[in-house]
Amino acid sequence: MLSTNALAFWVLAAITIAAALAVVLSKNIVHSALFLILAFVGTAGIYILLHAEFLAAVQVMVYAGAVAVLIVFAVMLTRRGDIRASNLYNSSYLGAGIVALGLFIATSLMLGRMNWTAGGGSMAANNVEAIADAILGRFVIPFEVAAILLLVAIVGAIIVARGVKEDR
Amino acid sequence: MITLNHYLALSALLFCIGLFGALAKRNAIAILMGIELMLNAVNINLVAFNFFLDPSRVVGQVFAIFVVVVAAAEVAVALALVINIYRRFQDSSVTDLNWMKW
Repeated sequence: MLSTNALAFWVLAAITIAAALAVVLSKNIVHSALFLILAFVGTAGIYILLHAEFLAAVQVMVYAGAVAVLIVFAVMLTRRGDIRASNLYNSSYLGAGIVALGLFIATSLMLGRMNWTAGGGSMAANNVEAIADAILGRFVIPFEVAAILLLVAIVGAIIVARGVKEDR
Repeated sequence: MITLNHYLALSALLFCIGLFGALAKRNAIAILMGIELMLNAVNINLVAFNFFLDPSRVVGQVFAIFVVVVAAAEVAVALALVINIYRRFQDSSVTDLNWMKW
């Protein structure tokens, strides 16, 4: 008999893995983009299981919202030719499959023999407060650097996507 | 009982699927999707370690938030590059983009 938590984990894991496989295996890039949203939402569910509710909200807003919209827009702006064959494999897909499969087998073997030691303590019921304290206290310098990174990325993306005028 | 190893195995599988997508695809946007899947797998790892090994501090979640920030910046710049390349070459297939090859 599965507990509710375990059942939720298996369902969410199955959804996430199936959506990720569909992203990779689909030949239509629009389908890939839509399955990518499903994979992001499944990951958000996994975060909720791990009591990272704030991160789940961030995941839905940033990934399933902003990043997915950006990717769909890029697909729409760059498509040409037959959409049903828009997401094909390159010539090295066999090697890529071997590398990915080998990495998974190696990681699983390592997982089997790992012996984690828990640090103890328990998670606060409301960990948003703790996250705010950490971000604006101990990690305030990385937080500011991340803000500058976002600003630079926005300006850079606008300039790169707009292109340069040829006649100057 | 779901243990840490379950989450780590899920994360490893997701990472390898993303790696395959990033290595085996021809379309630059599809490669970006693979990279996004890999970053998601890394975040699951961080949050799972946080929850199971050191739950009294939220360092893993904070690190995952920074990963999300960097991923958003990366995807914005990368898609701008793809759009610019497409405008110039009418193509977003990485197998033809080899003019920087020595």
